[in-house]
Amino acid sequence: MRRFLLIAPPYAWLLLLFLTPFAIVVKISLSDIALAIPPYVPKFSWDEGIWAYLNQLDFENFIFLTEDNLYWKAYLSSFKIAAISTALTLLVGYPIAYGMTRVPSEWRPTLMMLVILPFWTSFLIRVYAWMGILSNEGYLNQLLLWTGIIDTPLTILNTNTAVYIGIVYTYLPFMILPIYSALERLDDSLIEAAEDLGCSRLTAFWLVTIPLSKTGIIAGCFLVFIPALGEFVIPSLLGGSNSLMIGKVLWEEFFSNRDWPVASAVAVILLLLLVIPIVLFQRNQQNQQEAEQ
Amino acid sequence: MNKTSWFNVVSLTLGFAFLYIPMIILIIFSFNESKLVTVWAGFSTKWYGELMQNEAFLNAAWVTIKVAVFSSTLATVLGTMAAYVMVRGGRFRGRTLFSGMIYAPLVMPEVITGLSLLLLFIGIGLDRGVLTIVLAHTTFSMCYVSVVVSSRLVTFDRSLEEAALDLGCSPAQAFRLVTLPIIAPAVISGWLLAFTLSLDDLVIASFTTGPSATTLPIKIFSAVRLGVSPEINALSTIMIAIVTFGVITTSLVTKHQMVRQKREEQEAVRS
Repeated sequence: MRRFLLIAPPYAWLLLLFLTPFAIVVKISLSDIALAIPPYVPKFSWDEGIWAYLNQLDFENFIFLTEDNLYWKAYLSSFKIAAISTALTLLVGYPIAYGMTRVPSEWRPTLMMLVILPFWTSFLIRVYAWMGILSNEGYLNQLLLWTGIIDTPLTILNTNTAVYIGIVYTYLPFMILPIYSALERLDDSLIEAAEDLGCSRLTAFWLVTIPLSKTGIIAGCFLVFIPALGEFVIPSLLGGSNSLMIGKVLWEEFFSNRDWPVASAVAVILLLLLVIPIVLFQRNQQNQQEAEQ
Repeated sequence: MNKTSWFNVVSLTLGFAFLYIPMIILIIFSFNESKLVTVWAGFSTKWYGELMQNEAFLNAAWVTIKVAVFSSTLATVLGTMAAYVMVRGGRFRGRTLFSGMIYAPLVMPEVITGLSLLLLFIGIGLDRGVLTIVLAHTTFSMCYVSVVVSSRLVTFDRSLEEAALDLGCSPAQAFRLVTLPIIAPAVISGWLLAFTLSLDDLVIASFTTGPSATTLPIKIFSAVRLGVSPEINALSTIMIAIVTFGVITTSLVTKHQMVRQKREEQEAVRS
């Protein structure tokens, strides 16, 4: 009885506020749009039994998504933007994580705090900080013009480049932390052994350090890729009208076009796309836990 | 282990410069006299003054803090319960579904969480405002709390609890007198995490709020969409200062506690 009292509140909360809402999204994704409040027609009811219900199912919102080029492009370009920025974040984050494990150990907590601090700082503000840097009259262009590297200001804000910079910047701690914790466990004598056996520093790094930090690299990549795929704030502040991301499309479909059924269908497909990376991520985490035991 | 080569020095310097320069520029230009954010025209604190008179921002800040306090407290209670059930609850019917629902919100894109909660609130006819944002924030942050707390519960020596039970404590007393003090640091950091997540959230709040309740991120977002402004720089600087102060204080306090704990343990061993 006591156990029931403990289980019931969080269970009921999640059923009511996590699972039910999601079921509603799926249901609305199968309804028709209407000019009403709420702006959709609940197409069918349960009254006639489950078979009648299933027979009436139509996927016209989903078919609509496949017919309109916009959505395909948005999914593909979200995927591309998320993948490229994950690779860039790895490129920027790995040397930082590696450097952190190579400093005297009394410095490490401080460096660690310096990595975590931006993570606690508002996401919105960190994205906003780049607007002033990347705009045409921004600090970066001022610096480049002043040093004479360029003659005319570069257009960076409102392009995909700005979106990449924004994602790398805001998600960098997610990449650094897992790689750092993998590298910190690495036994240095392994590298010494490799060097004794005739490896150069670089080959030892490539053949020993990288493979042994693989779990951290994989975890970091997923931690960046998964949220980047559904990103809304970064493309709408730093990206231009041509930087299509599915999170932004969903937002506009819902708030500007008020097409709830299509917005719901967009959400369902986004989630289906995310299932694969999420399952892979969980498998990686499980392998890591087993390896530690 | 301490081989700090020039390569590491360069990568650390560049890395931390990349992380901090944007925020430093933002802070510097919040003290700019000019209305144009990109042109320096002398030191001034006038934007802070204007901010303090901007009622819309002050109201939004107040709503945000209210929402964050309520939702993080509720999320800490529910999340701690959920963590306890996951680690100590053993098998029960629907455990798989429960653990799925605990972890799923962590990876769910915010746009989907926001959309689905909005559709629920409309479906049950709940007026949107502070209450609905609190419900939404509690839902996703309780999952973060439960992850933080359960990682502490897993490493916790269960025999301490059993000893308390053997010595005549009721399970509730054992929890209050033994378990809770030991997991307290995790519960507190769970609360802080939930609080910051709530302060920071734009997307879910935008979906679940009504016209009566505008939070600070919503306000900032709509202002920022029109371009950079010195007022937003001033507001950002204040927020960065609060966070920095909070993070440094907590890390000093935990460090102090760890030192004290170590000393007490050593004294206990000696006596």
